[in-house]
Formats: sequence, structure tokens, C-alpha cells
Amino acid sequence: MSQLRKKTFVITRFDPDKDQVPKTQSYEIECRPDWKVLDAINFIKDEVDPTLSHRWSCRMAVCGSCGMNVNGEPRLTCKTSLAEYGDVVEIEPLANFPVVRDLVVDIDGFMEKFESVKPWIIRAKEKAPEEGTCRQSPEELEAFRQFSMCINCMLCYAACPVVANSPEFLGPAAIALGHRYNLDSRDEGAAERNERFRGEGTIFECSYANECSEVCPKNVDPAAAINQAKLLAVLDWARGLVLPRKGGK
Amino acid sequence: MVEVVRHDVLIVGGGGAGLRAAIAAVEADPKITVGLVSKVYPMRSHTVSAEGGAAAVARDDDSLDMHAKDTVKGSDYLADQDVVDYFVAEAPRELTLLEHWGCPFSRDPDGRVSVRAFGGMATKRTWFASDKIGFHMLHTLFQHSMRFDRIVRYDEQFVTRLLVDDGAVRGVVALDVREGTLRVYLARAVILTTGGAGKCFPFTTNGNIKTGDGMALAYRAGVPLKDMEFVQYHPTGLPGTGILITEAARGEGGYLKNSEGERFLVTRDYGVGQKAELGPRDMISRAIVQEMLAGRGIKGPYGEFVHLDLTHLGEKKINERLPFVRLLSTTYVGVDPVHQPIPIRPVLHYMMGGVDVDIEGRTVLPGLYAAGEAACVSLNGANRLGSNSLTECLVFGARTGRHAVAYARGAGDGSESRLRGLGEEEAARIDALRGSRRGGEKLARVRHDMQHAMEQGCGVYREQASMQQTVRSLAQLKPRYDALALDDRSRVFNTELVAALELRNMLDVAEAIANAAAARKESRGAHTCSDFPKRNDQEYLHHSLVWFGEAGPRLDKKPVTITRFQPEERKY
Repeated sequence: MSQLRKKTFVITRFDPDKDQVPKTQSYEIECRPDWKVLDAINFIKDEVDPTLSHRWSCRMAVCGSCGMNVNGEPRLTCKTSLAEYGDVVEIEPLANFPVVRDLVVDIDGFMEKFESVKPWIIRAKEKAPEEGTCRQSPEELEAFRQFSMCINCMLCYAACPVVANSPEFLGPAAIALGHRYNLDSRDEGAAERNERFRGEGTIFECSYANECSEVCPKNVDPAAAINQAKLLAVLDWARGLVLPRKGGK
Repeated sequence: MVEVVRHDVLIVGGGGAGLRAAIAAVEADPKITVGLVSKVYPMRSHTVSAEGGAAAVARDDDSLDMHAKDTVKGSDYLADQDVVDYFVAEAPRELTLLEHWGCPFSRDPDGRVSVRAFGGMATKRTWFASDKIGFHMLHTLFQHSMRFDRIVRYDEQFVTRLLVDDGAVRGVVALDVREGTLRVYLARAVILTTGGAGKCFPFTTNGNIKTGDGMALAYRAGVPLKDMEFVQYHPTGLPGTGILITEAARGEGGYLKNSEGERFLVTRDYGVGQKAELGPRDMISRAIVQEMLAGRGIKGPYGEFVHLDLTHLGEKKINERLPFVRLLSTTYVGVDPVHQPIPIRPVLHYMMGGVDVDIEGRTVLPGLYAAGEAACVSLNGANRLGSNSLTECLVFGARTGRHAVAYARGAGDGSESRLRGLGEEEAARIDALRGSRRGGEKLARVRHDMQHAMEQGCGVYREQASMQQTVRSLAQLKPRYDALALDDRSRVFNTELVAALELRNMLDVAEAIANAAAARKESRGAHTCSDFPKRNDQEYLHHSLVWFGEAGPRLDKKPVTITRFQPEERKY
């Protein structure tokens, strides 16, 4: 059935044991018309060059492992059709991250940012399981649901012009995640997170480029989260000036 | 010299069961530390791909007895009923905790968590978050686990060996994938939560990481694998990729239709009765294959399929309840389920079998535990009901975590010098494997041949001749594995080396599956033999065990715990 089509993949290669700087390597392979970009990379790995290193797992756009720059744009490769591209496809590791090897980037910095927004429910008094579930109306759920859909693929960091200039910027996904908990009706930790948000290298660094929301494969819209978070963090700060702080943490 | 790290409890695998075990362990004892060793960052774990929901009694029209009865009947009476009773009783508490920890469950207008219908369940008891419960459960657990400084993560570490000294497990050796070095992790208890082994098969819903690592580690260390012949074919996978289309699509009212547009589960007798599309998975998968054999399948470029029709549900309901199904179908087969039926075919999904553990998660090897899909605690018997497995990860992840802590308190450390010596040995073995050309065999080819042998002998329908052939084919693959030609000699992020280690694990797990299947000469749950079409309680109402042996596996059996529900014909 299928009309195979020859395409050339120009892939960035880098092995820190051997290379001073990244280089590129070209692979010409026959591609099926229904392939995603990841299928071609996996074909090269299995059939042409087993030394190529990349991350992938679910191949259904939910585990977040396989983000790469494709023809210069951050893409989730398991979700991106090859048909979008011409005869030459350039594959690079996600921009704005240190490269471990080939298409594998170092995400430890991201993991630290992620953890720093306290992405868990904070309550003055934790509810016991015997008390049953919390009530949360569909509207209350809707207030944060979109921001809970982030798969941590980090395409938004690769696209963000602020991250490009200052790698310490907390960045879109981490801010959206902190904001997601701030908006959750079960949570009482906004004050703590807002303190983090008002610190150095956080929400006020954002330059409204909106690139993060454009590349997000899950329509999380981190740019909207950042804008909302700015407002809430300022309001929270202003309230702190007027009203005495609530006791304790 | 290998580096040595020490914790009280070590957990291998960072998915639903591993994270829940880690949280339970640190909560059980304020002084202990837990090392969480995973071959991927925890949020990449395959729990992330579960879609439909997690089961626990939630409403007045339901009861623990009803959930227990459904589970036992679904298991074709091979579940241990004490395990089932504990499971159904703990399930509501565990899902409530998950809710308290922030899981964005879908809600009814009054603010209660919504529940939906699922296959083989008598009433609505499946808690859900649209159609992405696995994703939300995993991320909720992972994020919640970050509250605990005493859970120390070791990401992208591939465990290559269990360390046994003086008759007990004392830790593991793992390859640091990023650095390319080996490290020894010592602990008084080790919990395997590495998930299933779907990648032993060519057509599976499972992600690339599902290679049965924990099962193989335990098996080679002398712990039996239990009920491995029971592998679940999910009725609805996308042709070509095998991507899962959740049972919730039928729970929300979807129909299965053959090439004549007929709802064959309603019009023909496949044993599912009034349940129709909401029959248990083993029966629905068989019905689909029967339709294809009768010439009522639809031919496509990736084999025959039937239709999952959601068009009558309407766009609003699909967007609200099944948005991921819509995205997956549109992205991966170019079919918008709002307007067209989705092509689907049965696809390998889940291992009912696994590391043989008791209700505490204990194996026969002191200090070694397992939970989740990697384990077989005998909740699922011969056929798991959809939405029981996520809850299983929570209920038995928690219990196993707590028990491992209690055990670790009284256990010894073993001899550090001997354990370090074993670590050095293992480091030398892995170094020698890296980039070695021991023969001319290609890794991807050996893996492909294993997967196709498994499909031939261990499909939805099986027969003695083809199962025996699969057993022989797998035995022939082992020498080919020993003759692999590997190309990548680099230390840093050597994914070829990891793939070679994973292939070895899969070959061991596949051997256990095929041998257990060939030995069970009856049809029960997901194990359907054309030559032995009936269940045979006289001879086979027992668990099967497979023990590792250098010369080939040794088969054994173990009684089933039956308390309240006596085996009877499984009719719906």
C-alpha cells in the first residue's frame, strides 16, 4: 500500500568522550508516509546506526521523553508527522539545554526548578482519608485543569527566548505547575509559592514572547499561566502590605 | 572501584507502584531513607499511559462484596480471594489519598469524584480524570513524593543485578546510564516495581521501556515467576502502532462493529450476555478474533481490524470524557471519532503474571519484594478487570512499602566487602559487554525474532504445537543473544548497551511465559487453547510457577486461595 519516500536526516551527533564540539551526520532512509519523526529515528537506530542515542518510550504523546528540535523548532517527535517536512529533515537536541550525548539533553536543571515551586498540595491541616474526598466543583476543577496537563517534555524551555539568555530563569513549565497548585481549591500554599515566584529569575523575567504556548504539544498555555501568576503574586504581595501575615507557614 | 550508596529501603522502578511504596515507606518510619532507582525519570514511567480509570467502591449502589465478586469472576477463579478482599477494602482509602494529594479527578456537578462503567464491573466504580488517569496519577504521586527529602531519587540508573549475600537481598548494582559507570546500592530491603514486559511482543500498547527488568532480575536470582501464561490482550488498540484506545470509550457507550456494521457482541453469543461491549477483556478480544476468522473483519494495511464506533456519543461528550482518544485516533490513524469509527484490533496490554509475592509483597528470597505489574500478588488471576491495575499499584505498593520497612528494621546488612566484590564483578561484566562483537548477530533482529515467536505461540488463541514451537524458538535465541555484535563502545548514554541488557531480560521473561503457557492444558481467562477449549478445575485450578535454571526453566505449582466464591461457570 505504502509509497516509500526517500528522505535525508541530518542528525546532530556528540559524544563527550570523543568530540570537542557537536557535528552532524546524514542518513538517507526510505520512510513510510504515515511515519512520525520518531519512527524514522528509531529505524536509523535499529537498522543503520546503533550508536545513535536518543530518549523515547510511550510513542503516544504522553510520557514526554522524545522532545527534539526538528528543522529548528522544538517538537515532540512521536507526535510530529514526517509528512510535514521535505526531503531533508534536521534533527538536533532540544535547544537551551546542555547536551549529554547526541539527542539526549541534561534535564537536571529543569528538575530542580520543577521541585522549587513545591508542586504538591499544601494545607494547614491535612485531611485524613477517613474524612473522604474533598468536594471540588467542575468549575473549580476547570480553573486549573489545563495547567495540570503538562507532560514535562520541555519544548517550552527550548523555545523560550528568556531561557536562551538566562538559563536560570524558572521557565514556563515550572511556573505553570506552581500556578496550577495555586489555583487548586484544595490547596493553601499559594503564599509560599508566590514568594518563590517573586524571587530572582522568575515570573517577572518573562518577556511575553508567547513562544512557550505556541510549541506546547498539550495546549497547556504556560504563557497564560505566567500572566495570571504575575497578577496573583502581586496581589498577594500587596495584601501582605495591608494585612498582617497569617501565622506560620 | 565502584561507588557504594546506602539506604534503608531501595525501590527499583519509579512508576505508580514504586512511588506509592516510597511514600508509604518514609511515612512508616520517620528515620529511614529510601533510594528510588529508575531507568527513566519517574514521570516517563509507563503508568503515564493508562487512560480509563482506577477502580474503588464509591457509591451507595455498590459494595466491597460486589467489587470482590466481579474481580474473582473476572479472574476466572484464579485470584487469591484473601488478596482480593484486602484490595477492595483498601481501594477507596488509597484513591481518596490520591485525591487529597491533588489528582485532578473528573467531578460530578455536586463536587463528588465522578465514576464510570468499566468492563466486567457490575456497577460504576471507576474513578477517572477524563481519559488520562495514568498520567495524572503518576504526576500526582511523583510531585507528592517530592515533599519527602528522605526519598532520594537516582534517575536513569539501569539495575543489572540483585546483590545477594548470606541468603538475603542486600542491594543492587546499577548502570548509571548518563556516566556509563556501575554503582552499588545497598539496602536491607529491595522492592521491584518495574512494571510489565509488553515489549516481549511485537504488537503492544506498552512503551519502549516495558522490558520486564524486575521480573528477570528476580527470576535469575532464584525467585519464581507466577502465572506468566496469562497475558492480557486489550480489545482496542490502533492498528500499526498498537496505541491504546481506552475501555472507557465503551464505558461511555461506544459500540464494537464488524465489517457489516453489526454490533456482534449483541447479535452473537460470545458469553458476555447483557454486558455486551462491557464484557471482560479476554472475552471481547476473543470475540473480535472470531469475527475476523468468520470473514467479518475489515482489511487494512496493518492487518484486519473491526470498528469502535463513538459517533453516536456526540462531540461534546467525546471532548469532555474522551479527549485523549480523539487526539490519539486523529493523530495516529487519521480518524476523527466524532465523525468516523476508529479501527481497532486486540493488542497485548498487560501481564497478569509476575514475580511471585504474598499479600505483603514478599518473595521467597528474604529482603526481596515486588509490587504492581512486575509482581503477581494474585489479584488478577487469569484475567484482570480494567481499572483494577492502577488501584493495585496503590494498594499493594503501599502495603509492600510498609512491610519492607518493618523487615528492614530487623535485617542485617550482609558483608560490605563481599557485596562490593560482587559489584566489581558486575562492573567488569557490563564493561565487557559494552560495544562487544561476540558474533554477527544484530540486536534489533534477535529482538524482532523473539517478538514474533511470542506472537506465534502466545496470542489470543493458542495451541500446543505453536506454543511448543515458541518454546524451541526462544531456546534458540539465547545462543544468538550470546553472539550479538554491538557497535557502541562509548560510555556516556549508551542506549545500545541498555537495549542489549533489556533484551536479555525479555528473553528470560518470554521463556517463562511460553513454558508456563505450554504446560497449562486448559482454557482459563486470557489463556485460551484451541486444543483444550474448556476450563479444567480438576487438574489446573492452581497457580503456575516457573523457576530459572541454566539448563532451562523448571515448572511448579501453588494452590489458589478460595474463601467465599466457589468456582462456577463464567457466564455474563
